[in-house]
Amino acid sequence: MTQFRPRFLLAGLLAGAVQFGILGFAFADTTILNVSYDPTRELYKDYNAAFAKHWKAETGETVTIQASHGGSGKQARAVIDGLNADVVTLALESDIDAIADKTKKIAPDWRGKLPNNSSPYTSTIVFLVRKGNPKDIKDWGDLVKDDLQVITPNPKTSGGARWNYLAAWAWAHSQFGGDEAKIKDYIASLYKHVPVLDTGARGATVTFAERGLGDVLLAWENEAYLALDEFGADQFDIVIPPSSILAEPPVAVVDGNVDAKGTRKVAEAYLGYLYSEEGQRIAAKHHYRPSKPELVPAEDLKKLPELKLVSIDDPIFGGWKKVQPEHFGDGGIFDQLYKPGQ
Amino acid sequence: MTTAPAEAGWRFRQPSVIPGFGVTLGFSLTYLTLIILIPLSGLVWHTAALGWADFWAIATDRRTIKALQVSFGTAFVAAAVNVVFGTLVAWVLVRYRFPGRRILDAMVDLPFALPTAVAGIALTSLYAPKGWVGSLLAPLGIKVAYTPLGIVIALIFVGLPFVVRTVQPIIEEIDREVEEAAATLGANRFQTISRVLLPGLTPAIVTGFALAFARGVGEYGSVIFIAGNLPYVSEIAPLLIVIRLEEFHYAAATGIATIMLAISFLMLLVINLIQSWSRKRYG
Amino acid sequence: MVDLSYTAAADTSPASTVSATTEGRTTRWALLALALVFLAVFLLLPLVLVFAEAFKRGWAPYFDTIIDPDTISAIRLTLLVAAIAVPLNLVFGVAAAWAIAKFEFKGKAFLTTLIDLPFSVSPVISGLVYVLLFGANSVLGPWLKSYGIEILFAVPGIVLATIFVTFPFVARELIPLMQEQGTGDEEAALSLGANGWQTFWYVTLPNIKWGLLYGVLLCNARAMGEFGAVSVVSGHIRGLTNTMPLHVEILYNEYNAVGAFAVASLLAGLALVTLVLKTILEIRYGHAIAASRGH
Repeated sequence: MTQFRPRFLLAGLLAGAVQFGILGFAFADTTILNVSYDPTRELYKDYNAAFAKHWKAETGETVTIQASHGGSGKQARAVIDGLNADVVTLALESDIDAIADKTKKIAPDWRGKLPNNSSPYTSTIVFLVRKGNPKDIKDWGDLVKDDLQVITPNPKTSGGARWNYLAAWAWAHSQFGGDEAKIKDYIASLYKHVPVLDTGARGATVTFAERGLGDVLLAWENEAYLALDEFGADQFDIVIPPSSILAEPPVAVVDGNVDAKGTRKVAEAYLGYLYSEEGQRIAAKHHYRPSKPELVPAEDLKKLPELKLVSIDDPIFGGWKKVQPEHFGDGGIFDQLYKPGQ
Repeated sequence: MTTAPAEAGWRFRQPSVIPGFGVTLGFSLTYLTLIILIPLSGLVWHTAALGWADFWAIATDRRTIKALQVSFGTAFVAAAVNVVFGTLVAWVLVRYRFPGRRILDAMVDLPFALPTAVAGIALTSLYAPKGWVGSLLAPLGIKVAYTPLGIVIALIFVGLPFVVRTVQPIIEEIDREVEEAAATLGANRFQTISRVLLPGLTPAIVTGFALAFARGVGEYGSVIFIAGNLPYVSEIAPLLIVIRLEEFHYAAATGIATIMLAISFLMLLVINLIQSWSRKRYG
Repeated sequence: MVDLSYTAAADTSPASTVSATTEGRTTRWALLALALVFLAVFLLLPLVLVFAEAFKRGWAPYFDTIIDPDTISAIRLTLLVAAIAVPLNLVFGVAAAWAIAKFEFKGKAFLTTLIDLPFSVSPVISGLVYVLLFGANSVLGPWLKSYGIEILFAVPGIVLATIFVTFPFVARELIPLMQEQGTGDEEAALSLGANGWQTFWYVTLPNIKWGLLYGVLLCNARAMGEFGAVSVVSGHIRGLTNTMPLHVEILYNEYNAVGAFAVASLLAGLALVTLVLKTILEIRYGHAIAASRGH
């Protein structure tokens, strides 16, 4: 039997351990963590660089901004479970409310702390269709035509998907004169046209654009433009429906965490700077609708056309605190309407 | 070194001259407790805090039942396919000589070594309507990606080595004389295989099936990309756990997790019983 | 060169096509073809696709992804996690196999089942249990945090989840091997005056080294490739708590398919190296393996 030399094994393991052990992490002066949702990756990549530069010029301090992106609900869950976020920039008010409720790390009145309901930018929901719009999709009513497949993510897990659902609801409400039974019929029929229910907005875009499924993607306006940039404008067209929803992705400082880490000043400045001229221009560049359009050159606003936008605070919805449990809670309206395979 | 007190009639362990029982068992149990038992009992404890009525409501929720059905159903089909082809592959690898056999043998372990997320993305790209395989199947009206069939494909990939690697060593050990004896006694090849060889292989095949099945039920990374994730249709139980978590519905998440945990534990116990039974019988 | 003696019993001479102990030539070819097609479709094709997609736009975008700081920090984290998880599970695997294989005691089947449990527990549940244990709503999490110890959404949580998932690999490989080998060699060594440690080091270890190495290789591959469990506990902070599999998902979600498959190809490459190493070991030490398997 060959003589086994365990020393080799041991030496190898040791060498490995040492090699990986010394590769520590280098930290800058101050580090803050922005926990955000899926479609803001590109926006915050630009904005983080701009803010770090601004902060250096203003205070002389170096700040490093770490970013975490994922489905809005998943990200809120991580903060609730202890992810050390300094600021949250999520898709839905109700996700920040959940953090405030469950951890008390965010003051209940967070929505009033920054201008425009703490939404530095807004967006809306539009249609992304195949080039030339072969199925002739122009308005929400066209989505329930026979043989048409709609791609939208799961409203239970995706913030964007909830805006999609609410935009459709708002259209149906005005179309059917508030007749609830007809609105529900329309919504139920809409979701019968959905072949894949991705968990996040990004997954849905990949399904539509890269996998070639579906005739129309209900998407964040910024996400639709990004898809044109990424996959080529020769493949898709953006259709702006006559009416849609005013989507307000909110931002908040996680008070409990910044006070523990001593990063309140920079965290507040980070969110505040979103409302500055530079912040608003970066938002507009990434196809978000700036909350202070007067700060942004008119030509940047051209590609964001006027359309009728219904707010979540409109009486037909009555705000997120009412909508969240009524429509998306366990056993809520979506659960009642969504019954595939039956 | 500790040894259990030798009581009359009942011994914790049979005496042995080999040292190290106390140290190794003690260390194993401590490590097992810290890494596996405490975290898992935390899960059970959380579920217990629910109360029976709430737990029952979660367990009998239609969506939970459907998700469990999808997970167990697809895992069962995939494991059954793997039993047929896994046994075939094992047979070919042991009995036939052909160029590239070594490479093939090594390749069987690929699903063990390839990260599940990579497998998931690769399989989705292959079987999507625009993919290499999907574009061939699309004209035939066969949809794979984003259907339960896609889940089965992913689970076949994940489970294959379990069957091959459990059956292969047993085929290697088969004594040729048994086959020769059967042939001498007038059995044809088919009879030899079905009456003489297969019964000997059955415990290994069952074990391989159960391992592939158990792994398939819990699989997440490779499935979520290809599944389509439609509630009631192609939503697997692990995904439902994640979704419940994202809805801040911890009770439901832990409830479903506990059900799955109990089932996996039972299945493994059965596998180990089969193995110790067959070791006694054929060992 | 390659010695196939231990399986050479298989009848391969083309002359004897009709034999009662092997299938007819047509059947053999059919079975072989079937097995090959099955393996090609299910195993080879996904692997080929990963590399084809990674190099779709040539070498430049491939290397751009690899040298990106976020990719490098993901690679570093993945190596670090494996460097901690694998040795720990190695020590456990040897200890558990020793206790289980060399001794007869009550409750052994139950213990073996517990060791196997992580194999069949869904990776999502593996992550979930650590969230419950160390989350902000747990008892332990806030207490540790008050001492400045972060578990969840930090490296320790990722390491723990990885240990959980890769827990049985070494033990599972060793237990059947050591059970087959029995206790004869060790008893002989002991009777010749060796102490326990010497017996393990000079008698048992040489007997089990190939199984051990095989278990370590698989354990390492799984540790580096784990996705589900790590995804639940990671927090997905770029450049800090993203492992390679998570980075693949992130790139994929950024519409950077080439980048995603580039990182995936590194992981696939690792899988291939693992398999090649294992095969070389088997070819080179075929006799030793056969010996340690057979007797």
